[in-house]
Amino acid sequence: DKKNFAIVYYCMASLVLSKGHTYLVSWLCSWPLLYFCPYQCPTEKRTKGFCQKSLSRLRISFFLSSAAAKDRGKLTARERILLLLDPDSFDEYDMFVEHRCSDFGMDSNKNKYPGDSVVTGRGRINGRLAYVFSQDFTVFGGSLSGAHAQKICKVMDQAAMVGAPVIGLNDSGGARIQEGVESLAGYADIFLRNVLCSGVVPQISLIMGPCAGGAVYSPALTDFTFMVKDTSYLFITGPDVVKSVTNEDVTQEQLGGAKTHTAVSGVAHRAFENDIDALLNLREFFNYLPLSNRDPAPVCECHDPSDRLVPELDTVVPVESTKAYDMLDIIHSIADEREFFEIMPSYARNIVVGFARMNGRTVGIVGNQPKVASGCLDINSSVKGARFVRFCDAFNIPLITFVDVPGFLPGTAQEYGGIIRHGAKLLFAFAEATVPKITIITRKAYGGAYDVMSSKHLRGDANYAWPTAEVAVMGAKGAVQIIFRGKEANAEAEYVDKFANPFPAAMRGFVDDIIQPSTTRVRICRDLDVLASKTQSSPWKKHANIPL
Amino acid sequence: MVILPLQVHVKMADEAVCVGPAPTSKSYLNMDAIMEVIKKTRAQAVTDVYFCFLKLYLRCLLQASEGVTFIGPDTHAIQAMGDKIESKLLAKNAKVNTIPGFDGVVKDADEAVRIAREIGYPVMIKASAGGGGKGMRIAWDDEETREGFRFSSQEAASSFGDDRLLIEKFIDNPRHIEIQVLADKHGNALWLNERECSIQRRNQKVVEEAPSTFLDPETRRAMGEQAVALAKAVKYSSAGTVEFLVDSSKNFYFLEMNTRLQVEHPVTECITGLDLVQEMIRVAKGYPLRHKQADIPINGWAVECRVYAEDPYKSFGLPSIGKLSQYQEPLHVPSVRVDSGIQQGSDISIYYDPMISKLITYGSNRAEALKRMEEALDNYVIRGVAHNISLLREVIVHPRFVQGDISTKFLPEVYPDGFKGKRFWLKWEKHEISVKNSSPVCFFFRIPVAKSKRSSWELSVRLGDGIYPVAVSKDGSSFSVEVDGMKLNVTSEWNLASPLLSVTVDGTQRTIQRLSRNASGDTNIQFLGTVYKLQILTKVAAELSKYMPEKAAEDTSSILRSPMPGAVVAVSVKPGDTVSEGQEICVIEAMKMQNSMIAAKTGKVKAVHCKAGDTVGEGDLLVELE
Repeated sequence: DKKNFAIVYYCMASLVLSKGHTYLVSWLCSWPLLYFCPYQCPTEKRTKGFCQKSLSRLRISFFLSSAAAKDRGKLTARERILLLLDPDSFDEYDMFVEHRCSDFGMDSNKNKYPGDSVVTGRGRINGRLAYVFSQDFTVFGGSLSGAHAQKICKVMDQAAMVGAPVIGLNDSGGARIQEGVESLAGYADIFLRNVLCSGVVPQISLIMGPCAGGAVYSPALTDFTFMVKDTSYLFITGPDVVKSVTNEDVTQEQLGGAKTHTAVSGVAHRAFENDIDALLNLREFFNYLPLSNRDPAPVCECHDPSDRLVPELDTVVPVESTKAYDMLDIIHSIADEREFFEIMPSYARNIVVGFARMNGRTVGIVGNQPKVASGCLDINSSVKGARFVRFCDAFNIPLITFVDVPGFLPGTAQEYGGIIRHGAKLLFAFAEATVPKITIITRKAYGGAYDVMSSKHLRGDANYAWPTAEVAVMGAKGAVQIIFRGKEANAEAEYVDKFANPFPAAMRGFVDDIIQPSTTRVRICRDLDVLASKTQSSPWKKHANIPL
Repeated sequence: MVILPLQVHVKMADEAVCVGPAPTSKSYLNMDAIMEVIKKTRAQAVTDVYFCFLKLYLRCLLQASEGVTFIGPDTHAIQAMGDKIESKLLAKNAKVNTIPGFDGVVKDADEAVRIAREIGYPVMIKASAGGGGKGMRIAWDDEETREGFRFSSQEAASSFGDDRLLIEKFIDNPRHIEIQVLADKHGNALWLNERECSIQRRNQKVVEEAPSTFLDPETRRAMGEQAVALAKAVKYSSAGTVEFLVDSSKNFYFLEMNTRLQVEHPVTECITGLDLVQEMIRVAKGYPLRHKQADIPINGWAVECRVYAEDPYKSFGLPSIGKLSQYQEPLHVPSVRVDSGIQQGSDISIYYDPMISKLITYGSNRAEALKRMEEALDNYVIRGVAHNISLLREVIVHPRFVQGDISTKFLPEVYPDGFKGKRFWLKWEKHEISVKNSSPVCFFFRIPVAKSKRSSWELSVRLGDGIYPVAVSKDGSSFSVEVDGMKLNVTSEWNLASPLLSVTVDGTQRTIQRLSRNASGDTNIQFLGTVYKLQILTKVAAELSKYMPEKAAEDTSSILRSPMPGAVVAVSVKPGDTVSEGQEICVIEAMKMQNSMIAAKTGKVKAVHCKAGDTVGEGDLLVELE
């Protein structure tokens, strides 16, 4: 009987959870019958842990009515997990962990919440294992206590051990100030694990609320940082501190909103409309990733024929070599089912990076974007490209590079900013990568940028040129000016004849073949098939020293 | 370096020469360039099959020199028929029924009003030199006459360099029926039956068919004989079209004669079995006609839809430009002919008419031709630009159209508030949702490594303002879908890479086009011609979405954005001006059409972001009000 009561209680509690009916909750919590239950204590705590969700819903609705609500339009920590993971796949860890602080009245029972300010566990996304932690802003503002950090570390350790990605749903006000140094130690424990897991399992951060101070560094150490528009912020110090230190007037949104970080700073990789949109997109993104560095790039069922010809590519490059076109048109048309998950679409738009599938297999695509700044390489685009290339290399994702690059962007702004150092990163990343590398030169491949963009010389596996390709040190006009000091009238035509085409490079074996653009997809799919068994190694080293 | 031609007809040609850059004044209207090409290629004959760009000049030049044959009528016929006044006079003399009206130079708006009153309202005003319904305006009172005069005289001067205007009696509720004629250089002329072209938007034809459901044999013969009489009167040779307006009592009035091959000629070819282009070439060569009037049959029924790159939701079609990212003609459907000059990857530019193709279907009777047209439209894949397939698909199944109860006012009468897409009946709605829902479910199976054992889903579909709970369960490759207590069985091969998805819903085969989907559950499909934006979420996600904040929408009443890509012709306001609701703010010209942009509310102009001569894109901010 008592057991039945417990079950009834449990069911009703879950019912309440799903309905978010707050009135019923308070009634249930004071249910006296539970007194008879032999498992009273754990059940009560478990229920309290669960009820937090409902309670937080209560709080949110309360806040919504008061205009001061900071967390309006947000889901609770558990609702987020519910949406992120497959139904019934979540196994929660450490629900009974409580914080250990006894100062400042924190030891009173009403200040103890089972599970503290984070929900952790593992589950499946479309059937594939993932470890998850979801910070709960309704418990002490999601602040990081020692116990909170310990819970996160536990799932990270296990994820690294079994080889599964870690997904963090960040919604934390920062350190638990009542705990002092214990909280800081907690941060450092997480940072260390972020670093140790880096390159072992993919780590993804989804910023779903304010995230300030020490809390920002964990997302910064992970492979991908996504944000939710209008409700999430990332900054070292908030607007008040900024005002007192630098006397700048700035809003939270301007300082560290999704727009700032996806378009200006490049801290975040993409932003989504709201919590639900973000979580659904994260599920989609997850499908592209291998589970760990020991896993090959995932292959999914593909209905798009690998030998599909793409006739529009024959005409995509304009006749005038100064006219722009959209590299995304090329990428969409060769990718399986035209699907492309772009990373950092609003930042350094002169380079396009992202994930797609070819014949079902995940590939990383890098392409110069002639539509923006002629597709030149500058500081931001080099860094954006380099980080993406290194991720793909670390996780066995083949790289496909589309080249239409007029060179590195000249000028004092770039030189003072260290374009040499930053450009070297992209060069370094491509040279170091041992995954299958396929390169297609669609039009310009000028100067040093030609070398950088996954050229044959940097261990490119298959390098192709379209008939429109121009592989040269520079454009004909500039070249003739240097060679002849402008004295030779016909020299420009001669230079164009000699270098504004793919033949000199093809004759030297620097491109493997000149291909009909419409056959690009066929060629890439065939190459990937062959290169699936590629093994390549670099000399032993502790680690390379990329020019940071 | 091999650069492949973008256009199909260029690719098909043995030899192709570029006559100049895209603007017509630099290419097709540039006589020097054309003469140069003729010389260079040593062409024996030249023609401008569809476009009337060259009209007079080219022919005069040609016949004066070179000995190059022009495939088309003689200069004097073109000249006579190209001129509204002369053509009408000739028609009158040839005893062809004509409409009362005035044609000539109209001094000012007052004179226009006087003339209009003489004829009696409603009247129609247009530039004499303009072809077809281009630039035609209808005035029901003095005020509208003034406005019409202003637009038409501007257009007459700017587009044709000819100030003359045509003002005539406007026939209410008319049908546009035209007679195809074919004449040789030996004084023989035939009428090849009629084409019904009443379905028009802004006086441009959208759907044409042959024969007409309206004509009886007597009327047909009377019209045909008058058309032939006119052709003979002007010593016409080659193919031509005599356009008539037919009122509800089958009185018909001569409208104009088109001295060229018309866009809608394929429907005549279908029912008569004649190849008009071949006949034109024969006539040009000087051969006599091979047929007698008695040999001209009406075999079966043919329907033509003009597929345009335009958004039918904006005044039945505002031009859209872009690259055709996917393009697949429905040639696998039987008895379908598609005349087009574009292919996947082609650009639809602002320089020409935004027509993508002419889609023609044929059947032994009208019902069969229309049925095939439905199928052809459902199977036509056009991506990258807006297109009017939804409108076409709706028109051809509309009860009034099916009964043949049409007039040139069909579209505004049937869709008084503008075309809004398919208005479906309840049963269809359910079908549609079930059809739609099965396809996203498939995504669950294509996830890497996923060996999901799930076989049922609870989903929630948002379509417009409605939210429909849907339960889906899977059994092999078929899905059982429950919507609103209605259970449907959906089967398909589920090839999600193909743009066309053939599904069977409770035994009925349907073709769906999956346009796009994203991870947020937004799925766009094209079903029965209309594009639907659905949001498909799991039940849990749908329930939680009510907590998501509403994103504030931009207040559009105080800003004016360009509805289409084009060029700014004139801006009539400057910052600080006060404008009243409905006042003209600027004029945008696109695809040879002038569009007047009006203020959505009364207010003060805050900023003007464009000036005359600017090229603007769709959605570009033009003017801001305070």
